[in-house]
Amino acid sequence: MQVELEKIFERPKTLLPVATHYCPGCGHGITARLIAEVIDELEIREKSVGVAPVGCSVLLYNYLNVDMYEAAHGRAPAVATGCKRVHPKLVVFTYQGDGDFASIGTAEAVHAAARGEKITTIFINNAIYGMTGGQMAPTTLIGQKTTTSPMGRTIEQAGFPIRMAELLSTLGGATYIARVAVNNPKHIIQAKRVIKKAFETQIKGLGYSMVEVLSQCPTVWRMTPIEATKWVEEKMMPYYPLGEYKVPEEG
Amino acid sequence: MEKRFMTGNEAIAEAAIQAGCRHFFGYPITPQSEIPEYMSKRLPEIRGVYLQAESEVAAINMLFGAAGAGARVMTSSSSPGISLMQEGISYIAGAQLPCLIVNIMRGGPGLGGIQPSQSDYFQATKGGGHGDYHLLVLAPHTVQEAVSLTMEAFDLADKYRNPVMVLGDGYMGQMMEPVEFKKTAPPKLPAKEWALTGAKERPKNLVKSLYLDPEALEKHNLEINRKIQEMIRNEVRVETYQIEDAEVVIAAYGTVARIAKTAIEVLREKGIKVGMIRPITVFPFPYKTFEKMAEKVNKFLVVEMSLGQMVEDVKLGVCGKAQIRFYGRTGGMVPSYDEIVTEIEKFLKEVS
Amino acid sequence: MCKILIDENACKGCALCVNACPFHLICISQRINPKGYYPAEFVDQEGKCTGCTLCAITCPDVAIEVYREKKKAGGEK
Repeated sequence: MQVELEKIFERPKTLLPVATHYCPGCGHGITARLIAEVIDELEIREKSVGVAPVGCSVLLYNYLNVDMYEAAHGRAPAVATGCKRVHPKLVVFTYQGDGDFASIGTAEAVHAAARGEKITTIFINNAIYGMTGGQMAPTTLIGQKTTTSPMGRTIEQAGFPIRMAELLSTLGGATYIARVAVNNPKHIIQAKRVIKKAFETQIKGLGYSMVEVLSQCPTVWRMTPIEATKWVEEKMMPYYPLGEYKVPEEG
Repeated sequence: MEKRFMTGNEAIAEAAIQAGCRHFFGYPITPQSEIPEYMSKRLPEIRGVYLQAESEVAAINMLFGAAGAGARVMTSSSSPGISLMQEGISYIAGAQLPCLIVNIMRGGPGLGGIQPSQSDYFQATKGGGHGDYHLLVLAPHTVQEAVSLTMEAFDLADKYRNPVMVLGDGYMGQMMEPVEFKKTAPPKLPAKEWALTGAKERPKNLVKSLYLDPEALEKHNLEINRKIQEMIRNEVRVETYQIEDAEVVIAAYGTVARIAKTAIEVLREKGIKVGMIRPITVFPFPYKTFEKMAEKVNKFLVVEMSLGQMVEDVKLGVCGKAQIRFYGRTGGMVPSYDEIVTEIEKFLKEVS
Repeated sequence: MCKILIDENACKGCALCVNACPFHLICISQRINPKGYYPAEFVDQEGKCTGCTLCAITCPDVAIEVYREKKKAGGEK
């Protein structure tokens, strides 16, 4: 008996059919696909503009089929602001890592949120600086060993990790702030819903949206991909709980 | 034509608006805060966008975003703030984006002072940010000239897809003079097909400065350099003042050139044949004007509000064919015309 | 009846799909692909795949496509 099959899962159109340079198991690959799926579903590809950061995802502009900037380290929210203020009808999003968003770019992050810039930030938190080889990030956990905290991060020497979702949710202009993870399919499905809601927040003109994505970084964490997904669950999520930290008033 | 009595800062801001600038991103700093203040009032009147950034770092990156989106954009700052912008300026040059950056110079280094200076000449003309690029730098010496150069700056930026700087100082920014805003016909500029406006019915555009492959980066640098060479060939602007019979020539730009004009008047009354070469573009620098002048005149006095920056370019132009003296005031001190008169007289006494 | 297709040249052998499959129908093969990775492979002799797409959802390289039998008119599978 001939059975007719239909494809129920395939590459989203906005994600270009190129191999990524990301490491095996990296959360960037999953998140880029989710963004592409959301752009496809909301049918906004032709009016989307992305801002790629400095970091592992600097080549994001090779993977998404939308107009893109490559911004200086940490400055993506300012670049996005410049673009959105010129073309308010475009959907402008930034994609940033911990160095970009929580270190060098904290001022730009805080102020874009405070001003309620109608842009969306996808913030990849893997508690480390991947691109440059695994140095400590402002999001590195206490006790976590990195190449610049070889004995493990201590409070006395380096203070406490920064929780960007909680921080930004205190600001008036911040409209939709949430934290998700991409370490297992259940979380990935939730993450996609949240990312879609963040883009919809912008499209409805409600204000600034930010989705913090806890991501596994197997290579510089010195783990296998599966071990790394477990580390997100067991070590990162207790300090960085998942959830919606601020939602638009109109619900 | 109606004349308006305006400060240099306000006139520059109004000139930008008349040139079609509808987006300004800046940050307050003395002595140019009047520019963002003027823009904050004027731009909403014409449905433009004024945005005060959280820092000069943010401002220059907002410029990167807005310029990349195809808009005519401008920022302004003063020396310490311009230092903060250097990374962003390098990115703008690397991504080949047009924009205007106004530097109303003040005393430095560091926090320095709030009085005028010209000590950012090196930063403006020799680089400032990292990498092989140049700003096209225009140095007005009157408020009226600041108006015309500001308006031209946008056209030049679009023509070369390169950032342009209008280099003023605290004197220029704060003093008031009557100005008129003449409407000139806009030049034919190419459409900005490279701009990010949403990839509708066209392939996606990228605004970036990263080229990891060294062959590609060299090619990119050569293209930027091709434009710089074109600027050097076509955009030199210089004023020569009373040089026909000059026996000694002053070299000065901006506010100092104005002061020198008074010194020249006084010296001429004393029978001293002195003239001036006033670079209007300090990049590209009018080396040829100095080279030609050095064939007839063997004494140049370079006067700056610094400890000697443009003097190096004068030396390059003159190429050892004449004597070059330097007189400078710094830290916010402005030379008076009689100091220049004294220097010329000293120069002529000591040298035949 | 459902199945998945793994693009062996795109696969980086991260094994997240192996971990995600509720029926353990994916494993890491012994072959090396042109990029030097051991790609995942789908082995489903008993036709247990339900087309849940959890493997494809977790794949960072979009190396998995999922196919499901088209439902015939009248609901007969």
